[in-house]
Amino acid sequence: MAELTDRPFPPGDYPLVVVGSGPGALQLAYSLDRLGVAHAVLSADPSPGGMFRRWPFFQRLLSWTKPYAPTEPGSRTYERYDWNSLLADEPENRALQPTLMDGSSYFPARAEMEANLAAFAKRTGIAVRYDCRWESTRLEEDGQGRRFVLTTSDGEFRAPVVVFAVGAAQPWSPGTSGMPLAYHYAETRSAETYADRRIFLIGKQVSAFELATGLLPWARQIVLASPSPAQLSVVTKSLVGVRARYVQPYEDHVLGGGVSILDASIEDIARSGDALVVRTRRSDNGVALEIETDEVIAATGFVAPLLDLPDLGVTTFGHSKLPTQTAFWESTAVPGIYFAGTITQASAGLKKHGVPANSGAVHGHRYNGRVLARHLASTRFGVELPRPRVAPDELFAFVVDELVHGPEIWHQRAYLARVVSLSPEEGLRDEGIVPLTTFLDAGGGDALAVTIEADGTGAIYPVIYLRVAGQTSEHALTPSPVLDFASPEDRAQLADILGSFGVRTPA
Amino acid sequence: MAGQDEIADGIAGFAMFADLSTPQLQEIAHTFEERFFPEGERILRQGLTGSGFFIILEGSCSILVDGQERATLSRGEFFGEVSILLGESPVADVVAITPVRCLFLAGPSVESFLIGHPRVMYRMLQAQARRLRNANRWRS
Repeated sequence: MAELTDRPFPPGDYPLVVVGSGPGALQLAYSLDRLGVAHAVLSADPSPGGMFRRWPFFQRLLSWTKPYAPTEPGSRTYERYDWNSLLADEPENRALQPTLMDGSSYFPARAEMEANLAAFAKRTGIAVRYDCRWESTRLEEDGQGRRFVLTTSDGEFRAPVVVFAVGAAQPWSPGTSGMPLAYHYAETRSAETYADRRIFLIGKQVSAFELATGLLPWARQIVLASPSPAQLSVVTKSLVGVRARYVQPYEDHVLGGGVSILDASIEDIARSGDALVVRTRRSDNGVALEIETDEVIAATGFVAPLLDLPDLGVTTFGHSKLPTQTAFWESTAVPGIYFAGTITQASAGLKKHGVPANSGAVHGHRYNGRVLARHLASTRFGVELPRPRVAPDELFAFVVDELVHGPEIWHQRAYLARVVSLSPEEGLRDEGIVPLTTFLDAGGGDALAVTIEADGTGAIYPVIYLRVAGQTSEHALTPSPVLDFASPEDRAQLADILGSFGVRTPA
Repeated sequence: MAGQDEIADGIAGFAMFADLSTPQLQEIAHTFEERFFPEGERILRQGLTGSGFFIILEGSCSILVDGQERATLSRGEFFGEVSILLGESPVADVVAITPVRCLFLAGPSVESFLIGHPRVMYRMLQAQARRLRNANRWRS
């Protein structure tokens, strides 16, 4: 039993418990460690990144990492090109993903992503109690205060603050009549077993198109159906819609190759001899359409495995039943419960022009995790965060540097902002990265926030928000096709904006 | 789908969608995105670009111009369309006065949605006419 006693974090009382061992939990645990916040990490999996041993089904991720990029791996700017590595302070622990790829694709294979997470956890010394399954939750209030009690397969853990980074990978199927005749994306078999079969896919999101792409060389017929039209990321110019690498079935459809993509609601699935019949109704004209098929696969998404948190009062919303959250990813209904990782996409922020933050993917939520660690450290554990001075004659260069190199504002557009405050007593202070909604809504003294934003037309441009005497104003720079944000025009516009903030800038 | 089936059933009674068939309601439930705002949060921000069109599923909102409350909105009512139709920033804040669940359509998608759903556009026009009539009544 020696190995059992060697496992970290035995059941007991902790100041903070993190549940999970995917990228969200590892990034948060790392960032808490570096801020000196003691915590326990529990995971039901035997090693980091359990989700990447199951999905995506056809083996490759949707997030790229470019081994060769305009800037050196390990630099801040390089994070703009590497969507999969976790963030480390130590140069030797940064940009691990590109060192673990075989060069066959700039989308890491599942095993390469798993290796990336395992390497990060090992090299940075993140301790996790693996094979410890969170099973239920209750709230206790006594003389020692208010604490959550997590019952696990190893015993009870108590903490006043718990962060759930459990992903959103629990298969979900609708209650449509006949649905037991279908099966979920998660139960898809290997591609060759679909040779010469007719496949009906419910859904037109990325997962449905991923399956359709994998089945193109095998299936006799492929039909994709759901009530609303398919969206493509190259059309929405955002991560909304089917990603380019899975668009082949769409091209097959529009060129009449045999793939059918229907805008129709699914009314019923029934057996008909050896086959299945899916009864659908077209969205545009209400006409009924029956499709005969051999198999029906529900590519209808995943929900967050929140177990009994809703019984504790945690409210959820939307198709993925994600928990409602504040700007700092705390449950809006049960204070003290926070979320990290892909679940943070439920705290949507402004969604300006309909462009979402990237919180559903590692390259977005890794920054949320770092911001959350700072927020928890300062609000719950008395850690004083550094607020470096910015000399007035350095502000212009500071802002330009953030626009040209800052990875947080690059990946979390109109969602995370770099904030600089200005007061007569303290001068200019770098307040770090915060959610943009907090800057806009929390009020406070004079300050500016630096973001990068997109408007869905393909333009990506800096925006500076100024708060002066309680009034907030928004100043967008002119979009540039080369995205350097430091051209003479950019500099002139920025100088004007900073001038109206009352800070003189060098010519 | 359960969540979206519920939404399709829920919005069937909204004046705006009164002329739509069940498959069309399903399509709307799948086209709009569900969003949640805790009590006290701003949903629309006066003077800020890039907002969207919202239809309230649950809860109430306050419309504030320069901090002064002008009206409240609740289930079945909508907001955000004026700034999108005119291509300008919102002239009011809309703040959740209870937890609010709503349907959201991004600004750039509104024009094609309305043109693709003329009966919804007509109902929206009716609602606008009603708002205009009431505004004129207050003035007289």
